[in-house]
Amino acid sequence: MTPLAAPKALDSFFLEARCKILDLAAILDRINRGQGAGAVDNDPRLDKIRKALEVLHDQSGGRAERIQQIFSLDYDPGWDKPKPRY
Amino acid sequence: MYYIDPHIHMISRVTDDYHRMAYAGCVAITEPAFWAGFDRGSVDGFRDYFRHLTEVEPKRAAQFNIRHYSWLCINAKEAENVELSRGVIQMIPEFLNKPNVLGIGEIGLNKNTKNEATVFQEHVDLAMKYHELILIHTPHLEDKYKGTRMIIDMLKQDRRLKPERVLIDHVEEHTVRHALDNGFWCAMTLYPTTKCTPQRAVDIIEMVGTDCIMANSAGDWGKSDPLAVPEMIQEMKRRGHADSVIRKVVYDNPLAFFRQCARWQEWPAETEVEKAKRKPAKAHA
Repeated sequence: MTPLAAPKALDSFFLEARCKILDLAAILDRINRGQGAGAVDNDPRLDKIRKALEVLHDQSGGRAERIQQIFSLDYDPGWDKPKPRY
Repeated sequence: MYYIDPHIHMISRVTDDYHRMAYAGCVAITEPAFWAGFDRGSVDGFRDYFRHLTEVEPKRAAQFNIRHYSWLCINAKEAENVELSRGVIQMIPEFLNKPNVLGIGEIGLNKNTKNEATVFQEHVDLAMKYHELILIHTPHLEDKYKGTRMIIDMLKQDRRLKPERVLIDHVEEHTVRHALDNGFWCAMTLYPTTKCTPQRAVDIIEMVGTDCIMANSAGDWGKSDPLAVPEMIQEMKRRGHADSVIRKVVYDNPLAFFRQCARWQEWPAETEVEKAKRKPAKAHA
């Protein structure tokens, strides 16, 4: 499948990107404005948001997938699996 | 454009939703058994629920010429009660000869616990015993990646299982390739806040292609949109994707997966009028 050409994608989605960045900025401002803002400064959820924001600056692509991984629990391939009953 | 919503909980929706979905081109839906918003207390409670899925909803859908199919199971959120789960699994075969039942689902994991994994495996055992298709729920949010990997681990260790008879649902950017690369079908769920937007779903299709993938609304008792699939169709059109490509994702692919069900009854052939509607009109000289 052919994705939109980059200039066309920018034309089509610039306003959506602007809107969503403003929404995110407003959410972070809302947290800052609230009483006890200092108490949540070390909340691991805010840490994940900060890490996700760093990914947005990275130009190497796959940002959505990498941000999903930031918000995901680790997987242990050695977990104790139940056995099928043949 | 005609479309199928392969995952929607119509028991939680009003009849007007059927009406609007029909106007939007919906010709069929499939409804997996799910969590009712509270933990049910008895096997008989599930028996009544399965009667609703297999008897009531098909009639309600038929009023709008929408075909209704269902999947049966006890949802992962109730799997912590292993005794109840085993009672429900034992009762499910009472319904497996109903013509609109497609298989076992939506089974899966919720918080990735030991009991959930046990009950998941016992559902898989049931599906293998009765040669049923399987529809799989993958967990939400931070549990999704880990839970999807665990589910695939369990499926891959089962030598009875054919991956092409399993549909892994609620895939997102970080799980879609795990499903496809292991030979499973997969579906993206277009659901506010916690799952995929129509825009991201189209991005995923652009990245992984249109084979073995579909999209659904998972409309239910939460804030959700029973017209989410038509929203995705519009997004694909907006980006210039051909009608044939869109149709593959929203119609041909779900049908290809469902046709593997032994009880599947082929739909009447499209009329010549319907076929003509899809062909571009010839230009006049």
